[in-house]
Amino acid sequence: MLLIDCPFCGKRNESEFVYGGPAMPARPADPSALDDAHWVDHLTVPPNPMGPVEERWWHLRGCGSWLTIRRDTVTHAIAEVRHGG
Amino acid sequence: MVNIIIVMQRYSILSLARNALSGHRGWAEAWRSPPLKDRYDAIIVGAGGHGLAAAYYLAKEHGITDVAVLEAGWLGGGNVARNTVTIRSNYMRDESIPFYVKSVAMFEGLTRELNFNMMHSKRTMIDVLQTWGMVRDRRRRRLIMDIYGATYEDISVDELRRRVPALTGGRPDSRLPILGAAVHTDAAVNRHDAVAWGYARAADAMGVEMHQKTPATKLLRGADGAIAGVETPRGTVRAKTVALAVSGHTTTLTETAGLRLPLRTINLTAFVSEPVKPVVDVIVNCPDLGVYLSQSDKGELVIGGATDLGQSFRRDIKQSVFEDTVAAMLDLFPRFRRLKLMRQWGGHLDMAHDATPIVSATDIPGLIVSAGWWGGYKAIPAGGAGLAHLIATGRPDPLTAPFGLNRFRTLDYVVETGTTTAR
Ligand SMILES: Cc1cc2nc3c(=O)[nH]c(=O)nc-3n(C[C@H](O)[C@H](O)[C@H](O)COP(=O)(O)OP(=O)(O)OC[C@H]3O[C@@H](n4cnc5c(N)ncnc54)[C@H](O)[C@@H]3O)c2cc1C
Ligand SMILES: [Zn+2]
Repeated sequence: MLLIDCPFCGKRNESEFVYGGPAMPARPADPSALDDAHWVDHLTVPPNPMGPVEERWWHLRGCGSWLTIRRDTVTHAIAEVRHGG
Repeated sequence: MVNIIIVMQRYSILSLARNALSGHRGWAEAWRSPPLKDRYDAIIVGAGGHGLAAAYYLAKEHGITDVAVLEAGWLGGGNVARNTVTIRSNYMRDESIPFYVKSVAMFEGLTRELNFNMMHSKRTMIDVLQTWGMVRDRRRRRLIMDIYGATYEDISVDELRRRVPALTGGRPDSRLPILGAAVHTDAAVNRHDAVAWGYARAADAMGVEMHQKTPATKLLRGADGAIAGVETPRGTVRAKTVALAVSGHTTTLTETAGLRLPLRTINLTAFVSEPVKPVVDVIVNCPDLGVYLSQSDKGELVIGGATDLGQSFRRDIKQSVFEDTVAAMLDLFPRFRRLKLMRQWGGHLDMAHDATPIVSATDIPGLIVSAGWWGGYKAIPAGGAGLAHLIATGRPDPLTAPFGLNRFRTLDYVVETGTTTAR
């Protein structure tokens, strides 16, 4: 069970949250300037390291905020929780 | 050209009796441990089900035997030995179903083909449906499966309770009453170690080398950009073709050569109960609640649940996943409350952006990947054969052709959901 430190509610069990998927890298400023391969990579390729990833969690059974957390995929340790993207 | 260079010791009732009389000291080793060479025709990274099956079919169907299978740990110590052995073909897409139908059929002949007892046991799988959305999903699946000869039949709740007497939950007054069930008679279970060992032994007998405790740490590219081999702690090993079958670690390796792939690594888990008398003779899958179970020959209930949702490279079970799975099981099987649970574990695998596997050439010439097998135990025979075909000919075989990486470039996804819980 993850313990997610919501900036509004404090430390809460993972079961209060809904997983919202990996936080994808920022949307390219000018998509039409990219070739297809890079655009598709942007859409489909999440970072997949043995280490920290950023992901979205929705505090559905709490304050209702969307949070972004930085969590280690090997240890589950959460290094950062912030509001929004 | 197939060089059978080693005489494989045949297993039979006679060899068993003979060796029993001599105190089981006369068995030959099932495969050799030859020295590692610095060059092969092809390297397969990962001695799991897919890597070993590919090595076997490469030698048997294509006569390519100058092959090294490199394994970071021990042979058959990965997910091939950590899964719940559900073999089935109730998938959703025209691209998937024929592939799984073929794989299920290949499994049925494997004991004889490999001269290794797979303890294959046909076990009807019953999907217990508790929401109308799921009922519709299964009907849609049935209509597509019909085209490809996979069985899926609707049964009533009464018939379900007759076939699975232990299933006493899901009554009309419960939160999610059972609405119906779908029966897949093609399903089966077997012995996972035997699959790994059987393929390994037969591949070894045709000259393929297996090297355990030999992790590939880095992919090597030549001046022309093509793959040149792999780096290992035991030295550099070169080959013009390198195939990755490293389940969960595909991106860990491809990123050493600058190749990014649409894969996420996730954790799947299972646990078993103490052995009890026969209580369920089918695989019961409850996609709405997120639990499935079957009973092993030893009598243990083998229970699996949903995935841990975020990315994870862990091999243990998360407490919340475990609790949710147990709660779901007790909802439908309240009498299992008194079962003692004996062992729990997990494994990590990668899942593609559209949840369909990847068997494909890549942007790096000579580098082939077989990945995205998050429910890929059932896929080992046909997936191994497809990977071998791609290694040998440079082209996919018809059954794995839809699993190419190009589908992402053309946004031609094969969106597959498995059966949500039963991998
Ligand atoms: C709990 C659980 C339940 C499951 N249940 C089912 C089920 O019921 N039905 C089903 O069809 N599927 C199921 N699966 C999925 C199935 O186990 C996998 O899809 C399948 O085993 C993956 O293919 P594999 O056998 O080749 O993988 P593995 O056996 O994991 O083989 C990959 C090998 O690569 C090695 N490796 C990794 N990195 C390197 C490296 N750098 N160098 C060298 N070697 C490396 C690993 O050590 C490993 O031995 C389940 C999985 C889990 C975890
Ligand atoms: Zn909150």
